[in-house]
Amino acid sequence: MIEVRNLSKHFRDKKRGEIRAVDDVSFRCQPGQIYGLLGANGAGKTTTLRMLATILEPSAGTAMVCGHDVVDHPERVRANVGFLSTATALYPRLTAREVVQYFGRLNGLSEAVLKQRVDKIFDRLDMNGFRDRRCDKLSTGMKQKTSIARTLVHDPAVMIFDEPTLGLDIMTARTITAFIRECRDLGKTVIFSTHIMSEVEKLCDVIGIIQGGKLLAEGSLDELRAKYGERDLEEIFVKVVAPHYVPPAEDH
Amino acid sequence: MSLRNIGIVYRKELTEALRDSRTLISSILIPLFLFPVLTVGIGYAFVEVADQASHEASKIMVLGGADSPDVVQKLKDAPNLRVVKPRADYVDLISNKKIRAAIDLPPGFQADVENGSHPEVKIYIFSGDLKSMLSATRIKEQLTEYRDGMVRDRLAAQHLPESLMKPFAVEQKNVVSEDRVAGESYGGLITYLVILMCMTGAMYPAMDLTAGEKERGTMETILSSPIDRTHLVFGKFFVVLTASLATATLSVLSMAGSFAVLGHYGKGTGIGDDFPILTMHAQTAFAIFIMALPVAVLFSAVLMTISLFAKTFKEAQSYLTPMTFLVIVPAIAAVIPGIELTAKLALVPILNVGLLCKELVTGTYHWGFIGLIFGCTCVYAGIALFLAVKMFQRESVLFSS
Repeated sequence: MIEVRNLSKHFRDKKRGEIRAVDDVSFRCQPGQIYGLLGANGAGKTTTLRMLATILEPSAGTAMVCGHDVVDHPERVRANVGFLSTATALYPRLTAREVVQYFGRLNGLSEAVLKQRVDKIFDRLDMNGFRDRRCDKLSTGMKQKTSIARTLVHDPAVMIFDEPTLGLDIMTARTITAFIRECRDLGKTVIFSTHIMSEVEKLCDVIGIIQGGKLLAEGSLDELRAKYGERDLEEIFVKVVAPHYVPPAEDH
Repeated sequence: MSLRNIGIVYRKELTEALRDSRTLISSILIPLFLFPVLTVGIGYAFVEVADQASHEASKIMVLGGADSPDVVQKLKDAPNLRVVKPRADYVDLISNKKIRAAIDLPPGFQADVENGSHPEVKIYIFSGDLKSMLSATRIKEQLTEYRDGMVRDRLAAQHLPESLMKPFAVEQKNVVSEDRVAGESYGGLITYLVILMCMTGAMYPAMDLTAGEKERGTMETILSSPIDRTHLVFGKFFVVLTASLATATLSVLSMAGSFAVLGHYGKGTGIGDDFPILTMHAQTAFAIFIMALPVAVLFSAVLMTISLFAKTFKEAQSYLTPMTFLVIVPAIAAVIPGIELTAKLALVPILNVGLLCKELVTGTYHWGFIGLIFGCTCVYAGIALFLAVKMFQRESVLFSS
């Protein structure tokens, strides 16, 4: 369960002055549902998700993740969150298993529990063929699996995916989308950001359209279709975003 | 503060560092091989050069002297001098090191000497050129001998005792142990190298664990784990400190080994006779290690903090290169002979430890200074570490883009 309340993030930029990357955003994500944050580059998706993962601190407002406040108890929030993005790389000099073990230990798992978890996850994701291979020697697909294993090792109730398929080939991207569905089926709260319409159409139970740091529209695909009188999500997106659109300067 | 978490980070970072060939080279291989090469190599080369210079006859020119055959013959007979034909461009020849010196005998020199009218001889040299100065010394030796012989003859002619020339004798004698002589000669060098090695050892891991982590994209991964950022900094910091101390320790060991080898095989080859051989006692090595500890903490924390501002390894390198000069200057200042510890200098970071270690190597223990310097270096190190922790809390530094 994620409850975002009036969340804002301001940055100071030497050239552009104060930037409101996220501006008074509120929404809820329920367990067993996938919430899709849809927006163009620089819309505020990454900043929002980073605040939910407590990598960044909000300038104003807050969010509750599994009942923990992201501002007051960031460590407790992180213990309940699995965070995956294209920016979350693996340690090149560690083996796949060492990476997963490291994150398990950082999450406070005992060695006995850790061993059990790692074995189970490696079996399930079919990773035993490369478990002792160094990450810099892994293929993109193997790396993605290792990243997934890394986010799953502490069995978090909330999964946060920040543009998880960015730059991946179709087959690898499918592994990720299948994994996202699986998380939902396991009853986890899932939030993910993307600018790819088809992913949203296929995966999301609730869609939030974000632009200029503001959440402009929210609802299920059917609700949005009814509200904006368009069938195609791309048309809906353009209708929502166009009045507010400013070409992006630089994604933060 | 959770030691468990710091330990987890420490073990993981150390594993990674030990799998990195660049870290291994800079922290282990260089200190192990640098000293034997430096001490044995340079020591040998130095002895060879000095040896060659002392055996080689100095090429000199005698200007004038046609009417003073005795002194000219004396110079020509000297085995360590080689007299060449006089030329008018002797100044150029000396400047170009074609000849080492020229001696200018005034007309009627020998006659003037004999009738006691006190003529003056001039020696022209290239001041600062060791071989030129050596040749001047050799010329003076011959002239002194010539003069003394003359005085001796005159005294004998008048039936006076020879002791009239030298009413008393002077003898210079070293009363300090060989160890301390060696310490005085090499103390500065050893100190300088230890300080430099503390820095060299810390430099690579400091960059790799901060800027390198950002460059590889693993910073966001680790920040999304529940570990407290302070624990993360401490885990990383201890790895950098380990590398710094390992490098410094290995250097001291390999240096002690080099001296031992030089001492063992050097006897009889002339090395041990001309240069005092240093035997470092365990106690001295331990004292240096203890003083190097806060310096290593200081370097590790400062280098980590600075590198954290960089986005890439390369950028971090360009930030740290000027830092090297900041460290080398006070380290060299400590080596300059004549600079001694004062209460004011005891507060200057690096320089103070440099000066102190120089004293420790010679076996001098000023407990007041030891306490003061250890204390204030700890304070500096503490401040640097505090800054490192603070910077790790700042989003603008962690996500600089």
